[in-house]
Amino acid sequence: MKQILSVGIDIGTSTTQVIFSSLSVENTSGYFTVPKISIVGKDILYKGEIHRTPLRTRTLIDGEAVREIVAAEFQKAGYTPSQTETGAVIITGESARKENSEEVLRYLSDFAGEFVVSTAGPDIESIVAGKGSGAAAYSEDNGVAVVNLDIGGGTTNAVIFDDGEVTAKGCLDIGGRLVTIDSSGRIDYISESAQQVAQSVGVQLRQGDAARIEDLTKLCDGYAAVLEQFLGLSGKTALLSALKTPGSSDFELHPKLRAVCFSGGVADFVYGTQQEPFHFGDIGVLLGQAIRRSRIFTAFRVIGAAETIRATVVGAGTYTTSVSGSTIDYSDGLFPLKNIPVLRLDGKEQAACFAGDGSVLREKLEWFLRQNDCRNAVIAMDGESDPSYIAVQRLAKAITDGADSVLSPGEPIMIVLRHDMAKVLGRQVRALLADKRPVISIDSIIVQQNDYIDMGRPLMDGMVIPVVVKTLIFG
Amino acid sequence: MDNNDLLSRIIAEVLAEMGGSVPASAVESAVKASIPAANASSPRSTGPADIDIKTDITSKESKGTPTLENPADMDSLMRMKTKTPARIGVGRAGGRLKTQTLLTLRADHAAAKDAVFMDVDPALLEKMGLFSVTTMCTDKNQFLTRPDLGRKFSDEAIREIQSKCQKNPDVQIYASDGLSSTAIKANLENILPAIMDGLKAKGISVGTPFFVKYGRVGAEDAISEALGCKVVCVLIGERPGLATAESMSAYIAYNATVGMPEARRTVVSNIHSGGIAAVEAGAYIADLIEKILKAKKSGVELQN
Repeated sequence: MKQILSVGIDIGTSTTQVIFSSLSVENTSGYFTVPKISIVGKDILYKGEIHRTPLRTRTLIDGEAVREIVAAEFQKAGYTPSQTETGAVIITGESARKENSEEVLRYLSDFAGEFVVSTAGPDIESIVAGKGSGAAAYSEDNGVAVVNLDIGGGTTNAVIFDDGEVTAKGCLDIGGRLVTIDSSGRIDYISESAQQVAQSVGVQLRQGDAARIEDLTKLCDGYAAVLEQFLGLSGKTALLSALKTPGSSDFELHPKLRAVCFSGGVADFVYGTQQEPFHFGDIGVLLGQAIRRSRIFTAFRVIGAAETIRATVVGAGTYTTSVSGSTIDYSDGLFPLKNIPVLRLDGKEQAACFAGDGSVLREKLEWFLRQNDCRNAVIAMDGESDPSYIAVQRLAKAITDGADSVLSPGEPIMIVLRHDMAKVLGRQVRALLADKRPVISIDSIIVQQNDYIDMGRPLMDGMVIPVVVKTLIFG
Repeated sequence: MDNNDLLSRIIAEVLAEMGGSVPASAVESAVKASIPAANASSPRSTGPADIDIKTDITSKESKGTPTLENPADMDSLMRMKTKTPARIGVGRAGGRLKTQTLLTLRADHAAAKDAVFMDVDPALLEKMGLFSVTTMCTDKNQFLTRPDLGRKFSDEAIREIQSKCQKNPDVQIYASDGLSSTAIKANLENILPAIMDGLKAKGISVGTPFFVKYGRVGAEDAISEALGCKVVCVLIGERPGLATAESMSAYIAYNATVGMPEARRTVVSNIHSGGIAAVEAGAYIADLIEKILKAKKSGVELQN
């Protein structure tokens, strides 16, 4: 068994966290079959403290202070950046702005070991949190559709898993720190979204006024009502669309949604933890209690979260890395590779390649490289589950013809397939190229157009490659 | 063949067995009479009349549909069924299997028996340019009842192998029916060239491939001795189960000799459309053979 040390760093609207985990990789297939190497265990080795995210202004992160937090956590955990083999830095919620990501990247670049990636954006956060909370695993184990609501300081990230697969993701500006209260009990800050909701429930909120529990409870009931609409429990109003986080996906409700899971800082109070209403100087406690009173609690099976406030950082640290299939083919000395854009062939384009016609791929690849101003791309397609040898030969010829004429000399041809056929295809392509350029052919990886992919150094006697699929990158 | 033709044929056969020639009109009227009965939906919840004779009960779609009545969670059951070919969610009639489950079992069993009792189509071997030799078994029954004879060749057969094959290659690959001719039909055309091309690309010499009829795995030891190869690899049909009759395995041995321990064989099993694809298995086996040649050992010794 091989252990991979993975780091997760989450820089959110209100908190910054670091965790270290160990991913165990093992051959799970029997003695008499082709190997099947999978990640069999995910153990959290170290959970850092929950730090308040250091800010220079209300919206700008203090990169230097973040660096200090991360450096201190590395030291406390007893690891050095060079030991970490994989993981993710994720900047989430209201912090996920371009200037912040650039700032963080600048200050954290030497902590981001060889393979640590940086992702951001509400959609990614939703998925990562839903994996970290255990909602994805519950959905797969029980074969049901589960929604995870990660309710943080600034946003509520929602994701639906059906049988472990993501079917919808979305994000709302609902969070515990959208109204803050100072130590003297006065309202310190009211976000735009809080004002909108306050108006809709007939409450007047003014900065500097004493915070009244009745008013803020009404506000939180208003937020809970929007969440009910979001989950299809009542008719949609204009408020729901007004609270949709810019840049997040449209949330498509699953027709057979059965269960709900809560994570994020507010989740503890949804699950019933008792606390003084303004203990944190915000509306988090009241918001949690309001959601607990709402119809969400009675309409769905409420499942416990494995992680609440740490769901996102645990997800980032342990669920972003996967491994390729165990029968793959690649030229030596190419890894690690980072941020390779994905060119995905649709069914028709794949069929053309399977028929031996490389012109479709040639045109598409040429266009893609020009559009994205990049030197190379991963050629992704589903492949077939049990192709004939002749079909593989034709496909190899089409890919070689199509890519070889477009790529500059020395650039590898990189192929990512869903079905288990990468080794035989890679061999064919290599034979056709006669070692003129390197080849990478891996499978059992599902990617979408416009994703990016990182490939780490081969593991387990070179049988598999660790892979991170991202939908957004910085820089 | 469509169902009407099939029915016509069955009825004609049955009538013929009952004696004498059968006028076509009699068959036609019998068919007409039987079709509405077979297609009529029955209000009863169990029984043969429930089964639409036009559907293939061994098809993936049919097997994927639960026959359990009123499941508490149909969606979950459907999902579970996608993850296993086992007969789950089939329900029962009292203490017994439902008619459809029983018929499907019997149909799967029939496919398994066919895989064992059928011969590999000579046209396939011809198309692939493989000559065929037979072990000391004279027919299928003897092959099934005398495993020892399925591992041996007559002197004449050995001479034929020696005269038609390249001598002392690094690797000798051949195919054998074993217990499933269906597995050969389903996989051989895709796996054999994948292994051969893979080995050739590595600069490893591969002997002349051929086919052994009525062959057991152990026959590869006699072939290894006859041809003086370093590594012998047989692609052989596995004993069919009720899930698939198409499963093939490769048994690979370094310096195989008659009477050597079974533990010296390296096995790659589960090669079929629902397991590992034949082409991909071929590419993997080429790597494995390279590894065995380098290590100069196979089986358990290779693993340790």
